Amino acid sequence: MKNLQLFAAAAVAALAFGVTAVVAQQDPIKERMALMKGNNDNAKIVVAMMRGQAPFDAAKVDAAFAQWAETAQKLPSLFPDNSKTGEKTRAAPKIWETKADFDAKAAAFGKAVAENRDKAKASLDGLKAAMAPVGKACTNCHEDYRLSER
Amino acid sequence: MMQGHLPQRPPGSGRLFRRIAIAAAAAGMLALAVIWGLTIPATVPASALPPHVPDLANGRTMFLAGGCASCHAVPKQPDRTRLGGGLALHSAFGTFFVPNISPDPKDGIGAWSEAQFVTAMLKGTSPAGEHLYPAFPYTSYQHMRIDDVRDLFAYLKTLPPVAGKVRGHDLPFPFAIRRAVGLWKLLYLDGKPFAPDPAQSPQWNRGAYLVNGPGHCAECHSPRNALGAIIADKRFTGGRNPTGQGGVPDITQKKLADWSVSDIAETLATGMTPDADTVGGAMVDVVRNTSQLSAADREAMAVYVKSLRPRQ
Repeated sequence: MKNLQLFAAAAVAALAFGVTAVVAQQDPIKERMALMKGNNDNAKIVVAMMRGQAPFDAAKVDAAFAQWAETAQKLPSLFPDNSKTGEKTRAAPKIWETKADFDAKAAAFGKAVAENRDKAKASLDGLKAAMAPVGKACTNCHEDYRLSER
Repeated sequence: MMQGHLPQRPPGSGRLFRRIAIAAAAAGMLALAVIWGLTIPATVPASALPPHVPDLANGRTMFLAGGCASCHAVPKQPDRTRLGGGLALHSAFGTFFVPNISPDPKDGIGAWSEAQFVTAMLKGTSPAGEHLYPAFPYTSYQHMRIDDVRDLFAYLKTLPPVAGKVRGHDLPFPFAIRRAVGLWKLLYLDGKPFAPDPAQSPQWNRGAYLVNGPGHCAECHSPRNALGAIIADKRFTGGRNPTGQGGVPDITQKKLADWSVSDIAETLATGMTPDADTVGGAMVDVVRNTSQLSAADREAMAVYVKSLRPRQ
């Protein structure tokens, strides 16, 4: 009985995960929002280490950089013309006005992540140094291309 | 007889009409004269400025707290001390083109007297004696101490002159009538210098001064009425992005209850929020300024912001 319950729970979880994944692939707004949420979740983990609220963990740092690299790589393809509005997107209309610059800034983010990954996972001091250019790449894009909420 | 068919006026009515018309015209002219008188652009005379040795370091602090570079630096180049202007500010009233305030004597403010600069900052009046539009936030700068404004003027004079006059604003009728700004000032410019609250700490008062005076934080972080003025009892509860879609967040304790004083100070220092996000939009450029302030000034601003009670 217990095993059956466990199996059912696992099945539901697998199904839910699968559905989410399919929806995400079909809906660029949801997909990019999920990626950005992942970025922030990883940033929270890394920043907690930098602030001394959590012990330095090279594996978690590496996982964060891996996820950020994935975001940077996928980002330019997640803003098709039919995804300007919907959900609670905070994507600024300027993205579609100066798409080449937007793509360049996504690439700059990817470059900052790639160039600083080894340094970041080497030590806490390395992480602190690495996060300056990475954080700057975040703000450089958010300045023009993310709307604020009230 | 034709005369018999005309409607008969009571005797003397023609004179009465004329008297009423004359009285109305006189009242109208008097009203215009009063309005004209009330909208005369105010100035600060040189005689109101006693001898003063400028403090350039304090002038730089005012430059950074005031965010001068965010609007006046030449767009799309990295040097924030090149104040040649040219940025287009789109608004509901038309497009403002930010003027050159570099020390260039021909195109900037190099030929301005100190009194003319103080007048622009505190009264919103140009050296030509015209009203400046409140897109230039003298609604906040009017609360600055005169000595701080004078130090700022001295500091601006040390920056590189940039040649090139900026084009005039692109405003439709009736906003193109500068004199009308005088009426707006009657409604929304109180002309009061910052008054410290003796019940609060010196740190809180320093923060209140930086936030409400040079920092002009409320100019974006507050909703505005149909005439474009801040709604006083909703100050700091967030506003609409003046240059486009999206909003500007509420910075009262309604929104920032979970933020500590040091969280707010760190955001002003690094642009990173306590939940490991970054600031976005125009706040990114604000942080380019506040990150260069002293830690003590950022802390003071944070103490004051943390004290802002929720409204509504």
